[in-house]
Amino acid sequence: MVKEGIGVRRGRVKPMDRLTPADFVIAGILLLIAFLCLTPIWHVAAASFSQPAQIEQTVGVIWRPKSPTLRGYELVFRNPLLASGYMNTIIYVAGSTALGLLLTLLGGYLSSRRNAIFAKPFTFMVTFTMFFSGGLIPFYLVVNGLGWVNTRWALIIPGCLSAYNLIVMRTALKGVPGSMEESARIDGAGDFTVLFRILVPLCAPVFAVLGMYYAVGAWNSWFNAMIFLQKRPLFPLQLILREILVSNEVNSMISGLHGDTDIYRPLVKYCAIVVATAPILAVYPFIQRYFIKGVMVGAIKG
Amino acid sequence: MDLNAARFKRAPLGVRLAKDWRLNRLAYIMALPVAAYFITFCYLPMYGVAIAFKKYSPIKGIMGSAWVGLKYFREFTGGYFFWRTIRNTFLLGVFDIVWAFPAAIAFALLVNEMKFARLKKTIQTITYLPYFVSSVVIAGVILAFCAPNGLAGIYFNLLGQTPRSFLGDARYFRSVYVISNIWQYMGFNSIIYLAALAGIDQELYDAAVIDGAGRWRRLLNISLPGIAPTIAILFIMRLGSTLNVGSEKILLIYNAGIYETSDVIATFTYRKGLLENNFGYSTAVGLLNSLVNFVILYAANALSRRVSEVSLW
Repeated sequence: MVKEGIGVRRGRVKPMDRLTPADFVIAGILLLIAFLCLTPIWHVAAASFSQPAQIEQTVGVIWRPKSPTLRGYELVFRNPLLASGYMNTIIYVAGSTALGLLLTLLGGYLSSRRNAIFAKPFTFMVTFTMFFSGGLIPFYLVVNGLGWVNTRWALIIPGCLSAYNLIVMRTALKGVPGSMEESARIDGAGDFTVLFRILVPLCAPVFAVLGMYYAVGAWNSWFNAMIFLQKRPLFPLQLILREILVSNEVNSMISGLHGDTDIYRPLVKYCAIVVATAPILAVYPFIQRYFIKGVMVGAIKG
Repeated sequence: MDLNAARFKRAPLGVRLAKDWRLNRLAYIMALPVAAYFITFCYLPMYGVAIAFKKYSPIKGIMGSAWVGLKYFREFTGGYFFWRTIRNTFLLGVFDIVWAFPAAIAFALLVNEMKFARLKKTIQTITYLPYFVSSVVIAGVILAFCAPNGLAGIYFNLLGQTPRSFLGDARYFRSVYVISNIWQYMGFNSIIYLAALAGIDQELYDAAVIDGAGRWRRLLNISLPGIAPTIAILFIMRLGSTLNVGSEKILLIYNAGIYETSDVIATFTYRKGLLENNFGYSTAVGLLNSLVNFVILYAANALSRRVSEVSLW
């Protein structure tokens, strides 16, 4: 935001840039907030390496595992459902993100055509769905009517496309100068060429942002899986995780625990959280800026 | 170009459509799957709302089932669950607006005032983090912290009471919900305000300094007014979704023992519809919910247009 100007070039310290005690107070408050934000995550990570007894006896936050153990991870990795959950989640994330992005692009393209008679009605049809929905049961009945309950399709197709993202895509496509397209058309380019060779590369940042949103959303979602799937081998990771973490009737088949290993149950919970969240946290620093950009892109939707 | 457009307008509809088809054929064909998607997953369910007025039978289908009129609506509004779910939904939504909405603004203002750039970046990264963690994991963490040997234990020990779970007592649910919401969303929701703050003309601040305005003055008279339109728009949108409480999270952390404060409309429709297979009743409740939602959004927008000339449409 620094503007080229006399005040900047002069290079003297403006009164605003001098550090005052208030600056240290502000820094202190923010550090405290960051600390509070991080504490639960730290607790989970530390607990996942702790002895079951320490988890049992500690009241409050576990800061440091006493005599660290990898026993919990051993048990988690031996759990076949967690492995299949991982596989399923990868399938669902890849499938629904790819399909969602493609549909977002195709819909956004028509919606952004200035000279197409039906572009406006089409855009209205899309935006209308942001304000009204049929609700849970009618949605369920439609998917059920398609015969997709207890199939992978139920997690790939319904919900893969977001009206909001389509409108963001439309805004981005509309922002491409018309002259670019015109010159391509004069050179004999058709719709396909215009869309995939000119518009897509020009809107690549928006494309990346929307892809991230779709992918993280699909990775984290569990509700549709819960209502549409009953067969465990089809469960995505989050649903397996839900059974381990939340359901009170954790049976041995889900947790992979038997008899005397029962004391490991709380430990296994923490390890499962770490195993399921590590991939997101590993890529988080790299995709963070795309999300920040995404917030801005959404803000200028208009 | 203008001449062309004029001729285009005057042409009969058939000719215009033919020309449109010639020009945009591929765009239309490519958008067909998208239209199919919205028709199938958004408009068909809207039509399916009819089952709110019908005694739905899977064999007879939506068309064939017998009409029952407003039976389910009367059953719900006259029943015990009506006030409980409405009250819980409304209160959780309102508490969230009262606490979490300003929290993000305050946080953004604080971050904006922060001078140590490297540290600022780290703090932002850390506070955005919970937003990316799945709700199932968030629920797992909340459950762990609310357990008798979690933070709940510390709290009750301080009070000199026997440690018990926060989620075993209906009194604590709203606090748990709102505090965990702040934890999850405060950082991420501050991004948009930070963007608005960055857009404020730096010269305003410089001028204020010359006029002798202190930090607090600058905050109140430049920063806050600068992001006021952003706040207004987001506030309307937030009001419009007052009743869209985080039902996925509630579904994960509540239990039958604390339905008194935690059972909201969405969790109720889920239990009624998919666990008890009472499709018509559940749809009726959901329909009522979206109607009320739209009325609130409309009212908030009208109010804002009158007061500040900022509106969504």
